[in-house]
Amino acid sequence: MNGIEIVQLTKEYKDIRALDGVNLTIQPGKIYGLLGRNGAGKSTLLHMIANRIFPTSGEIRLDGESVFENDRVQGRIYCISEMNCYDADDKVYKIWNWVQNCYPGFSMEYANQLAGKFELNTKKKPRQLSTGYNTIFKIVTALATDADYILLDEPILGLDANHRELFYKELLANYAERPKTIIISTHIIEEIADLLEQVVIIKEGKVLLDLPIEEVRKMGYSVTGKKSEVEQYCSGRTLLGEEELGGMKTAYIQGEPGEIPAGLEAAALDLQKLFIRLTNS
Amino acid sequence: MTINFESDKPIYIQVAEEIENGVLSGAFAEETQVPSTTEISVSYKINPATVLKGMNILVEEKVLYKKRGVGMFVASGAAEQIRQKRKENFFDHFILDLIDEAEKLKLNKTELMQLIEQGYSHRS
Repeated sequence: MNGIEIVQLTKEYKDIRALDGVNLTIQPGKIYGLLGRNGAGKSTLLHMIANRIFPTSGEIRLDGESVFENDRVQGRIYCISEMNCYDADDKVYKIWNWVQNCYPGFSMEYANQLAGKFELNTKKKPRQLSTGYNTIFKIVTALATDADYILLDEPILGLDANHRELFYKELLANYAERPKTIIISTHIIEEIADLLEQVVIIKEGKVLLDLPIEEVRKMGYSVTGKKSEVEQYCSGRTLLGEEELGGMKTAYIQGEPGEIPAGLEAAALDLQKLFIRLTNS
Repeated sequence: MTINFESDKPIYIQVAEEIENGVLSGAFAEETQVPSTTEISVSYKINPATVLKGMNILVEEKVLYKKRGVGMFVASGAAEQIRQKRKENFFDHFILDLIDEAEKLKLNKTELMQLIEQGYSHRS
């Protein structure tokens, strides 16, 4: 079995169940979007793949081998998150020297090249960097490791629009140069949707959806028109949500639109709209 | 080339249509190479698998062909072929929609024809 296999994974904290029997396979060589509302369990899942926390029960395997306390397997995985995994009082370039020891594929030349593009001063210490530049430091490090599995938990935190665009381009250029598995977890869904090949949505510790991005638009659509006509159209269909404005109504409906009656306007649900409809409590 | 991320059309269809537009405008001349999957992917921030899916539609339609180890090229006769295909779609996607919209606005056939005439004279 290739890729990351997650089997019956459960993580309980004192009084909450952060993950609840998750079964999921991360296929190698694809860019994934891992989406979920705050507290859904995204970070818990990524941190467990990276061996930073242990599950209460269940298994995670990479190409058939457990990822827990397994240095050889962990050497193929690099994870960035809010957590800092290095001494914040070391200079950036010194931290990179250290990373190079654990990730032999790390390219100092490429890291410096990216630092130049993002205008990251490698003589500074992470402690001296702004939120945005701390994120830049982390994403540059992650891209330069050339690990087979790169896990990015909120990789655009604090980045301005220019730096976000540069990040998306550099990520795709890196991926094209040497295909790898990249998991991006973020709340900025609209911006990253087109970078993705596969989408996983988790809700309350469970996998709600695991689909190729092309299939997402078959999951739902919206219909707008006169309230009475929309309501008539909706009967017998599965509603994901509805909104009213005066005498107009928009209904969000599960499935694919067939023939739409005259007077009603149908529109596709993009990933963000679908996400909101599926995860609203 | 422009990709409209708000559009109802899937991104891979838009990629195919934009390459077709490039062929029609002459930006991608026949028997010349089109940008690579990677170039389009990076430049438009789209997953390369999505770009490839769009390009493969055009390979199937024989608008593009692969040169092994080199890249994708525009087939000769591609522009004419695209024009033919679009003419066939023109009735369904433009003419019928135009009449639908005219009916919503309570424009009758004579008024619509007058507007089309007006549109032509406006351009010349």
